[in-house]
Amino acid sequence: MFAYIIRRLVATIPVMGVVAIFVFSLLYIAPGDPAAVIAGDLATSDDIARIHAQLGLDEPFLLRFGHWLWGVLHGDLGTSIFTNLPVTQLIAQRLEPTIALTLTTLVVTITFAIPLGVIAAWKVGTWIDRLVMLVAVLGFSVPSFVLAYVLILVFSVELDLLPVQGYVSIRDGFVPFIQHLILPSIALGLIYGALIARITRASMLDVLSQDYIRTAQAKGLASSDVLIGHALKNAAVPIATVIGIGLALLISGVIVTETVFAIPGIGRLTVDAILRRDYPIIQGVILLFSAAYVLVNLAVDISYTLLDPRVRY
Amino acid sequence: MAVAPIDIAAPIAQRHWLREAVRRHPTVIAGSLLLLLMGAMALLAPYLGTVDPLSVAPIKRLRFPSEAYWFGTDAYGRDVYSRTLYGARVSLAVGLGVALLSTVIGLAIGLVTGFSRIADAIIMRFMDGLMSIPPVLLAIALMALTKASLGNVVLAITISEVPRVARLVRGVVLSLREQPFVEAAMAAGTGFFRTLWRHILPNTIAPVLVQATYICASAMITEAVLSFIGAGTPPQIPSWGNIMAEGRSYFQIKPYIIIFPGIFLSLTVLAVNLVGDGLRDALDPRLARRM
Repeated sequence: MFAYIIRRLVATIPVMGVVAIFVFSLLYIAPGDPAAVIAGDLATSDDIARIHAQLGLDEPFLLRFGHWLWGVLHGDLGTSIFTNLPVTQLIAQRLEPTIALTLTTLVVTITFAIPLGVIAAWKVGTWIDRLVMLVAVLGFSVPSFVLAYVLILVFSVELDLLPVQGYVSIRDGFVPFIQHLILPSIALGLIYGALIARITRASMLDVLSQDYIRTAQAKGLASSDVLIGHALKNAAVPIATVIGIGLALLISGVIVTETVFAIPGIGRLTVDAILRRDYPIIQGVILLFSAAYVLVNLAVDISYTLLDPRVRY
Repeated sequence: MAVAPIDIAAPIAQRHWLREAVRRHPTVIAGSLLLLLMGAMALLAPYLGTVDPLSVAPIKRLRFPSEAYWFGTDAYGRDVYSRTLYGARVSLAVGLGVALLSTVIGLAIGLVTGFSRIADAIIMRFMDGLMSIPPVLLAIALMALTKASLGNVVLAITISEVPRVARLVRGVVLSLREQPFVEAAMAAGTGFFRTLWRHILPNTIAPVLVQATYICASAMITEAVLSFIGAGTPPQIPSWGNIMAEGRSYFQIKPYIIIFPGIFLSLTVLAVNLVGDGLRDALDPRLARRM
């Protein structure tokens, strides 16, 4: 088990290496000269040349990549072109809202999607099943920001139940914190939930046709015991897998959701950086999100041993 | 009189066939019809009572939907109905373009990596790395590098979708290689490229076709997302994402600027998804029961 974790950790190195090369190339081939930007409008070509030398911009590609990677490994993601602040600091400032939004969405989505998938599989072919699958197809089709606006229109503008936009830190009170996260979580979580519900249903249907399920029913176990104790337990691995893979949907969704709801998180940071072509920030965000994605999926891989005792490494 | 039964029978048989199709695949039929409708709308946009989607009329800005302006007007007085109809062109073009390009490139990469160990080791490591970057983020990063243009949007989304197609094709090729009929073809002296063309490629078509529909759907959403955050289609082109982006500041007072293109985008993506589900069910009966 321990050896397996080490092996999997090592296997993520080439993947992250490719991400690093890609992200670095982004800055390398980005149009515009950062030295000219830093030097300002009144700079002479000598000034720019001096800054070039200072920043090491004249060095060959591999050398620059080496320096940059060394910095990244030491927690230095470079300096924002626009604000002149360290990228790590900018990201750290924005981390809390994004983590709060992602975690709330994750919890809300999983608590709804898995039971819905289980019920759909249990009542397969009935109107309940059809309804769940219909909602799932809609979830795949309605873009999160369109849904976000519909939700704001109904619950905030018309019914005046929830705040329209913004973010309140949990330190400023739990109730406003949750109130501000309800609509964003629903908008962000719908497609993720649709994916999880579909896989849960598919995986449950597979398991429910097995002999041991019939045995469990035949010996008189209650339906709930069969469903949760026997079926869901055996259907858990594909569900865990899709929770990990689907995280890519959440990360992509965060960027737009934060824009619609004016949540000052990493998504907003990214959008602002794109509009200003602040490449170091874009680099940092891609690195951070990709690393998070790879690590979560690593954790999912490792969780297989807990979910399914037959899996041995 | 002898002719009469045939005359009656023919339409009944035809109606029966249609009814049967609708009964067995209601969602596919609905999806295809909806998609055809959107396609027709995109093609016929100039003849559907639209005005120039770019014509600005500040005096008529931010009008609510009315008989003259079915979907109202935006902040520059442009007709939202006309813009939405023309927007279908952008969405469908991006969806089709990305689906086509990423399938062709993904197929090529998948076939090569499925057969060559060295290429597999190098290219698939690279693909794994690309796949660990969430697709929308990857497309955003690529768009940040280039000028905003429709072609660049298609390219950026294509690059972020290619790894998934390549991985799918590679998996199919790897399992096909072990199949007796491929071995038999090789043993019979069929050339490498002929084997690839005649025996491997046709068997990858079904899963790739299904994947292509899902890519088409997600590409349309990604285009809208990119345009919405200002990193996509140039603002002067009326794409659904752009129309919604322009409606952002007025959302609370004039929600229709966002809602109408939003409905059209959702319906189009829904149509493509329904067709995709139907194709999957038809081409892979084993999966049909499961999803």
